[in-house]
Amino acid sequence: MTLLLVALGAAVGAPLRYLTDRAVQARHDSVFPWGTFAVNMAGSLLLGFLTGLPSSAAVTALLGTGFCGALTTYSTFSYETLRLAQEGARFYAVVNVVASVVAGLGAAGVGLLLAQGLS
Amino acid sequence: MTESEPVPVDPDVDLHVPSERAELRPSPIPVLSAISAGGVLGALARYGLSAAWPHPADGFPWATFVINVTGCLLIGVLMVIVTEVATGRPLLRPFAGVGVLGGYTTFSTYVVDVQRAAGAGAPWVALAYLSLTLVTALPAVWCGTAVTRAAVGRRRRAEAL
Repeated sequence: MTLLLVALGAAVGAPLRYLTDRAVQARHDSVFPWGTFAVNMAGSLLLGFLTGLPSSAAVTALLGTGFCGALTTYSTFSYETLRLAQEGARFYAVVNVVASVVAGLGAAGVGLLLAQGLS
Repeated sequence: MTESEPVPVDPDVDLHVPSERAELRPSPIPVLSAISAGGVLGALARYGLSAAWPHPADGFPWATFVINVTGCLLIGVLMVIVTEVATGRPLLRPFAGVGVLGGYTTFSTYVVDVQRAAGAGAPWVALAYLSLTLVTALPAVWCGTAVTRAAVGRRRRAEAL
């Protein structure tokens, strides 16, 4: 059952990352990888929120491990950082790392506080 | 994607690459299904590794660390194959890169585990995990790219002889 919930969450989360990334790029052509940044922040906010709720194995599997895990990505984040550095955009590469980590921690913290405030 | 196209910065999708910009036409179903199927496989692999290798709240999350670092190594390998070797396979990047590796690696669990370790009274574990992942994962991408490119170059030279 847990496997099925993880699979279901990921089946939605992965294509949603792709579609969000496309939508962000189509509206906002920039050197900075806003699309990946957006999905990573949204997923961190939601996972932080989930950790603050009374734990339920089914919700954790579906939304946490499956959906948030597949919506967010470390491989894309790292590859983009390397490509930015290779293209001569070193400043953006450094900003991508620092901003992703700082804002990701912030988003997860806000999610946690929201959940604690609600429950 | 053809060899004359630019190498994407975003391996999930880069609208500066004409073939990626057009890949949802005429129907988005093949690409989205490939991403979805790959994402399921990647997420199940991550779930399996994390379940086999659990960590306490104040412990170092080795499973996610290994997942993110190996996923970064493999995206480096994959993107050289996608852009330089298997250029005529339009579903390879969506399935293996966006799907499998995107579903396998995770940013959300990374930041939440950093926070959890700090909250559990282990700030040094949090800091070590935070920085060790960065300083290992970023070179891992480079390593995957460099080793694969060297192997491809060697094979091409051997074939040319």
